[in-house]
Amino acid sequence: MTKTWVTPGGVHPPENKHQSVTMPIGHLPIPEKLLVQLSQHIGAPAKPCVTIGQIVLKGQKIAEAVGAVSVPMHAPTSGTISAIEDRPIAHSSGMSGPCIEITTDGQDLWIDHDPLTDYENASPEALLQIISEAGIAGMGGAGFPSAIKLNPGSRRPINTLIINATECEPYITADDSAIRERSAEIVEGIHILSRILGNPSKILIGIEDNKPEAIEALKPHVADTGISVVSFPTKYPSGGEKQLIYILTGQELPSATLPADAGMVCVNIGTTYAVKRAVVNGEPLISRVTTVTGDACGMNRNYETLIGTPVRHLLEHNEFNSDACSRLIMGGPMMGFSLSSANVPIVKTTNCILAPSYSEIPDDEPAQPCIRCGLCAEACPASLLPQQLYWYAQANDHDRLEAHNLFDCIECGACSYVCPSNIPLVQHYRHSKGDIVKVRQEKVVSDHARSRFEFRKQRMELAEQEKEAKRIARREASEKAKASAGKKTAPVDASNGSAAPASSSAADIIAAAQARAVSKQVSPEQQQAKFERSIAGAEMRVQMAAEKLAEADASLTQEQKNTLDAALEGAQQKLDQAQRRLEEHLEQHKELNEEQVK
Amino acid sequence: MAFKQITSPHAHAAQNTSRVMQLVIWATVPGLIALSINFGWGSLINVILAVVTALACEATIIKLRKRPVAFYLGDYSAALTAVLLGLALPPLAPWWVVVIGSMFSIVIAKHLYGGLGYNPFNPAMVGYVVLLISFPIPMTIWVTPLALLPEGVSHPGLAESLSIVFSGYSPADGVTGATPLDLFKHSSGLVVEQIYQNNPLFSQGMFAGVGWEWVNLGFLVGGIGLIAARIFTWHGPVAMLGAMTLMSLIFWDGGSSNSPGSPLMHLFSGATMMGAFFILTDPVSSAVSNRGRLIYGALIGVLVYLIRAWGNYPDAVAFAILLANFAAPFIDNYTLPRTYGHTDRRRATEKEED
Repeated sequence: MTKTWVTPGGVHPPENKHQSVTMPIGHLPIPEKLLVQLSQHIGAPAKPCVTIGQIVLKGQKIAEAVGAVSVPMHAPTSGTISAIEDRPIAHSSGMSGPCIEITTDGQDLWIDHDPLTDYENASPEALLQIISEAGIAGMGGAGFPSAIKLNPGSRRPINTLIINATECEPYITADDSAIRERSAEIVEGIHILSRILGNPSKILIGIEDNKPEAIEALKPHVADTGISVVSFPTKYPSGGEKQLIYILTGQELPSATLPADAGMVCVNIGTTYAVKRAVVNGEPLISRVTTVTGDACGMNRNYETLIGTPVRHLLEHNEFNSDACSRLIMGGPMMGFSLSSANVPIVKTTNCILAPSYSEIPDDEPAQPCIRCGLCAEACPASLLPQQLYWYAQANDHDRLEAHNLFDCIECGACSYVCPSNIPLVQHYRHSKGDIVKVRQEKVVSDHARSRFEFRKQRMELAEQEKEAKRIARREASEKAKASAGKKTAPVDASNGSAAPASSSAADIIAAAQARAVSKQVSPEQQQAKFERSIAGAEMRVQMAAEKLAEADASLTQEQKNTLDAALEGAQQKLDQAQRRLEEHLEQHKELNEEQVK
Repeated sequence: MAFKQITSPHAHAAQNTSRVMQLVIWATVPGLIALSINFGWGSLINVILAVVTALACEATIIKLRKRPVAFYLGDYSAALTAVLLGLALPPLAPWWVVVIGSMFSIVIAKHLYGGLGYNPFNPAMVGYVVLLISFPIPMTIWVTPLALLPEGVSHPGLAESLSIVFSGYSPADGVTGATPLDLFKHSSGLVVEQIYQNNPLFSQGMFAGVGWEWVNLGFLVGGIGLIAARIFTWHGPVAMLGAMTLMSLIFWDGGSSNSPGSPLMHLFSGATMMGAFFILTDPVSSAVSNRGRLIYGALIGVLVYLIRAWGNYPDAVAFAILLANFAAPFIDNYTLPRTYGHTDRRRATEKEED
């Protein structure tokens, strides 16, 4: 028996897991239409690489990853791309987002895909490439691109690989049933992960003791592999990454750091199966195990569900009674989010569709005042003071909220679960976190603007100083030149020796200036052309102004008319000036020519 | 079809505030029974009178504040305050004492501060202290414990008790007398052993005064039940009782004529157990963290002892708790628990670095 540690707090909500494990993982008929959401992961949404009307095969890439943190999407079955547009997506806000709709053809034809049988000899880079191309994102809930998580870089060597099979949320049995039926493949996936991470010395599968069948199923496959299956008492939220790391290692992850910083990588057990399928079978991530449960469904069961399957499709095949359903939840009853519509698709992180009846999850009672009873503090797995956070969240006291470590809240919902006053505490924390993040961002922007403004001011001052310095230098130079010129007119013979170099330098300066003036001088022809151009321009402006004035004569107010008149006059003056200049120029030129002729 | 949009968590534990309050009220029953056996009908009449007044005041104020009356009355908080006040008042106190105390608790100490959850002071104790300061005479007349009544005399019956309470006619001599703490306060010059021998209140008791020890045991039982039911944690009560034990041990003085009394007497006399399990555990006005509650409880224990031993009042639970209520927000600032992933505890007053 491996030693485990006990986290503070935690709650024991009714598990309700037995309903959905009476039958093996099932398969549903392919729905008529699939809706592949382009953002089902943390990072940039994928970019479609197909066009409407295009025929795609199962496993064909239909959207590319964009940037470093992103995953590509693949067609979950064969069919025709029928739409690329915004649709309601699986998101707590109920908002719409870009999706690719595939009208399926029922053939379920695979695209050519190459299995990699000898992964033992493949380089970690090649394996990471396969995982990245297969579009695998963490399947436990957050959906972080796996290829990035599995590549912590050489500066952070990994000594512990933790496989999260806790599944501490009530109702959900997706991982449980997958382990029962697919333990060999899961362990193979773990071997692949181990190879990628440079064979960490410890590989731990963390699992709650309410899944004895799954534990038994894993045991024969991990024997003599160095992988340990560690079971520990069931308590919500043991499956939180930070909590699981503490339970298994006794180590706390320092605030605002990643497991990789402590030499650990934590991967959901569903992800290991996806990794195995990607590497050994060459299949991208296009389906996952999803639990369909809750008393509003006549049948509770796990299904191997195609990504993009509308929730409605799952419900319809499980004797769903919408009148009995108190709310529709994607995920579990503790951290799942409610869906406003059953049309949203299953995504890579959807481990459960929960359709509870009113007796299972009744409508929320109105919140009563907080009496600071402290049940929440007893339940908090992060040892926060939820009652104080609530107090300061209401007061918008950001300093106090941060001093009370608001950002260490993992939003597990244990506090709200136990709150006798039915206060939606987590909702308050989310709101405050959002507020604080916004203020921080605004501060960054304003700091940037301020520093830019200050820099500009400094730059202008500097330029002004430089100009001033130049001005002074010029004045001094000219005074010096004057002085030396004055000396030159003085009797030269008297100080022949010393004056000669000075006079010669003054002469040089004059010569240089003359040369510059000559070089600057454009040829008379060019100058003439320039003048003629400006005359033409000025004439046009005069004409336009006159036209405008004529056009709008009647409708104009006196004031507007005055402005136009002034514009016309101005243009006229400019024209006159240009003409005068040309004339002068021509005259000069004539004189010059005459002189030259002479 | 559209479904309701509700944020997580969706599941809720069955516990609710009304049930917590009701459970605490039920937990006072052993204490109330002990009071009734030893001191007659007075306490029950106090409790009922206080509850009726409190509910009437609560309903009126909620109405004035334009809130749903049934919803707020249903939280049982006003009833609990009134029960605690009723238990703390001397049995057979005149009706107007109970009514004024109850009104003051609910209207001034609770609702003027914002109602349930916002009162900085324990309302029952505010009501009690107001009465003690304003009406010292009716507040210090205690009924003689049953065991000490002369042969053939018993406590007044229910009808007689009611008439005493409502007519203002004072109970017969011999039915009222000093409390153990009074005795100690006014027995200067005697060593503890003499006090114990001379006074039937002690000589007939087990360890801390006839009748009183049973009342305190009753509240102790109820309190332990509440800890077992996880209504509150052990920290506050244990800290208070521990601090009182420690203080009375330090100053026990071997029972000389200057001794303020033994630890057992202090633990099982006056309002000690009721204060420890039913008043200082009021979460609204106490410190919030477990560590904070240790300090808060210990502070109350020390204050109770200091006032009992060297102050002007024989008992001090109400004063000690109100003083500690003042300190609670301050204690909270320095007793944050260490959060996961942090090496140190933080102070609530820390500011983010700019």
